[in-house]
Amino acid sequence: MASFKVNGIEQNLDIEPEMPLLWALRDELGMTGTKFGCGIASCGACTVHVNGSAVRSCVTPVSAIQGQEITTIEGLAMVAAGANPSAPDLSAVQQAWIDHQVPQCGYCQSGMIMAVSSLLATNPNPSDADIDSSITNVCRCGSYPRVRKAIHSLAIA
Amino acid sequence: MKISRRRFLLSTAVVGGGVLIGYSALKPSKHRRANAELVTGEERYVTSFIKIEPNNKITIYVPHSEMGQGVHTSLPMMAADELDAAWEDITVEQAPATDMFANGELIKGLAGEVGIPGFLTGLINFSAVSVAEIMNLQVTGGSSSVRFTGESSMRTAGAAARQMLVECAANRWGVAASECSTQLTHVQHNASGRSLSYGELAVDAALLEPPENVTLKDPSQFTIMGKAISRVDIPAKVDGSAEYGIDAQSEDMLYAAIRLAPVFGTKLVSVDAGDVLGRRGVKRIIELEDSVAVVADSYWRAKEALKLVKSEFESSDADTTSSADLFAGFERSLSEDDNSEVLEVGDADAAMEDAADVIEGNYTVPYLAHAAMEPMNCTVHIHGAIAEVWTSTQDALGIKGRVAKIAGLSEDDAVFHHSYLGGGFGRRLPFNWNVIDHATLIAKEFDVPVKTVMSREDDMQQDYYRPAVASNFKAAFDANGMVKAWHNRFTGPIQTPGASHIPYAIPNQSIAVVDGDTHVPIAAWRSVDHSQQTFFTESFVDEIAHRSGKNPYQFRMEMLAEHPRHRKVLEVAAEAAGYGQNLPEGHAMGIAVQESFGSIVAEVAEVSLDENNRPVVHKVTCAIDCGWAVNPDTVEAQVESGIIYGLTAALYGEISIENGRVAQNNFPDYEMVRMNDAPEIDVHIVESGEELGGLGEPSTPPLAAAVSNGLYILTGQRVRELPLKNHDFSRSTPIAQV
Repeated sequence: MASFKVNGIEQNLDIEPEMPLLWALRDELGMTGTKFGCGIASCGACTVHVNGSAVRSCVTPVSAIQGQEITTIEGLAMVAAGANPSAPDLSAVQQAWIDHQVPQCGYCQSGMIMAVSSLLATNPNPSDADIDSSITNVCRCGSYPRVRKAIHSLAIA
Repeated sequence: MKISRRRFLLSTAVVGGGVLIGYSALKPSKHRRANAELVTGEERYVTSFIKIEPNNKITIYVPHSEMGQGVHTSLPMMAADELDAAWEDITVEQAPATDMFANGELIKGLAGEVGIPGFLTGLINFSAVSVAEIMNLQVTGGSSSVRFTGESSMRTAGAAARQMLVECAANRWGVAASECSTQLTHVQHNASGRSLSYGELAVDAALLEPPENVTLKDPSQFTIMGKAISRVDIPAKVDGSAEYGIDAQSEDMLYAAIRLAPVFGTKLVSVDAGDVLGRRGVKRIIELEDSVAVVADSYWRAKEALKLVKSEFESSDADTTSSADLFAGFERSLSEDDNSEVLEVGDADAAMEDAADVIEGNYTVPYLAHAAMEPMNCTVHIHGAIAEVWTSTQDALGIKGRVAKIAGLSEDDAVFHHSYLGGGFGRRLPFNWNVIDHATLIAKEFDVPVKTVMSREDDMQQDYYRPAVASNFKAAFDANGMVKAWHNRFTGPIQTPGASHIPYAIPNQSIAVVDGDTHVPIAAWRSVDHSQQTFFTESFVDEIAHRSGKNPYQFRMEMLAEHPRHRKVLEVAAEAAGYGQNLPEGHAMGIAVQESFGSIVAEVAEVSLDENNRPVVHKVTCAIDCGWAVNPDTVEAQVESGIIYGLTAALYGEISIENGRVAQNNFPDYEMVRMNDAPEIDVHIVESGEELGGLGEPSTPPLAAAVSNGLYILTGQRVRELPLKNHDFSRSTPIAQV
């Protein structure tokens, strides 16, 4: 039995221990916000948080996250706000993504937002070099210039 | 502005309550049909694109796919503005895949531009496709949605609906229509101060015939167009709720992983599935003519099981073919010069013979995959005599027909469920059928929905590729160093007529195409032939400029006396980039310009080499004349997008053929530009007030040449083959800039 929390809710799944978290989320739990892009941890479309840190779920077997806290794009705002019922519907990163009109096709953006949220949690004022080395997600629509602007707009000086 | 939060998933096609007001002023029957067939309550279609509800809420139906180009915002902006509706009153919905919402205007528009629709020609067997079949599309491609559907259908629909609403109000008040005005979703009679909302008028307005002629607004009257309006699709794309074709789901869904014949065009011979059927969740092994699939209760289980299935495909003449063989074939075609004329101006051959000097440049580019972020997929549910389909497509209506045909049903028995597209770039255009056909054939074996998903490796190796092209140039100069003749032979097929033409005033030109067919399947790829041809022509023009002893920018300006719009974008881009001014040590600038899809784009790329002598693009400054801008922020976003797409191709893009099959597997060996490679991009919109130009593609073509032209100045090495990653710039000698 694979047991882990997703966005605060305990999940117990009778699945193979080697099933990647990506497919447990998408096909077993029906949570499709996390995307399949490459299957080999190259593109980052499947990025989720495990205990708050960005992880590429397409190569993370559920056996490796037993008992741990998973946050997906669907739960990002809620988890960011904690139990505060008056918290906004979106996290600051998500709101910046709207303000800067970052997404185009949008398919990579769940992973992009999860990766950026994780970066900013540990490095609230990343330099361009920090961004270049930490955010390695692929976006075929080329939203990179807007991703960079949106990240800088979130920087805490 | 509200976004329709209606879930795409498993939703039926149309339409809650409200009045539709008209597809186009020229097709009044469509809103009658819409009102007869789609309406359930007090709502009315006043044209089939515009539905008005009694509470004054307006729904605008967009007959194009949203793949990030912003068309679900820009088209409603055009209709709403002409309608004089308040943007806050508008809800946007994807038009259903029915012929009521087919967009023949697009096809007519493209036909007027290039003779036949650019992205449908050349590679496909055009004669096999009836005109009716082509007209009956909901194609999104050719950078055409806003400039054709928008200008011809959406604005007209908005203006016609407005006129009908005014007529109704005038009748009710017993005043002349000319005494009435409209704003913010209301008709007003200014003399008496009376006002009616559109919602109060729609039921009567829908009874009117749409006017045959409507007057569109002058740009000075625009209230919505020309403003940077936030895209309606973005909120759902930041919280995970946006649904793509691959997100279709149901309780009883099955999943297929598929292995297609690795050598294009070969057939499946035998399958040894071993004990795969005993694995958890595995339902069936399906053998198709050219492929084998495993169907299971999760995609991962299907994919893992497929790895254990052994399969043999028939051998083929192409089994030993490599990229080197294909390019050698191109060389043979070019040397035999059994060509079809593209353009003859003056007498290029005579000018070559009389020349004081001739330079030559032989160029090549490789095949490229589209590599949309959403891997190709299609979900089909065949139950009874009904086929339902969920897939991300640039042609919903065409897909519906295709699935019905493959399933052996009539088109009326197919139901298409829309979704957002995780990238298109031409891969999801009609005639690139491979996933669609396979998903349908697999689903025929079940009575539950089956989702067929290509892995990234399948997606990379079973694409319809941007053609590899070889292009040989000669230019002749007179004794004064003036260029007198341009001679170009390139391998076909031509997908975009005119892409090989140059705007420069060279008096003698001979341009012709030779056979470039191979066993590799090809299709339109963002900007189609312009992506290869502009690299060739704008690089060779740069060679001519340097041979003439002229600054590449000045040379272009001088040779473009007849093309003021080209000159203007060059001037704007060069000035904004600081072209010709001092640059940091080790930096250089290259420039290129191209007209495509009705827009003219100049780009200046600032380049250097990193410590490993690899090219770095620091900044791209771009000026685009797209006539005018419906949504300026979307214009900028599309230009940025096209530049990054072009940069990936220029730096890294290469699909190579080994043993008849594609050698690349996934992103590590089909490299992508990421944050660390992405340049600063500075976009300048030049509003010439000319007809609207396209936006999805025109910024891609000049990029490779702008970068390569900069690298020439920096290194003295003329890049005549892409991608740049294959070049060694370690022994470079900067040339003296003129």
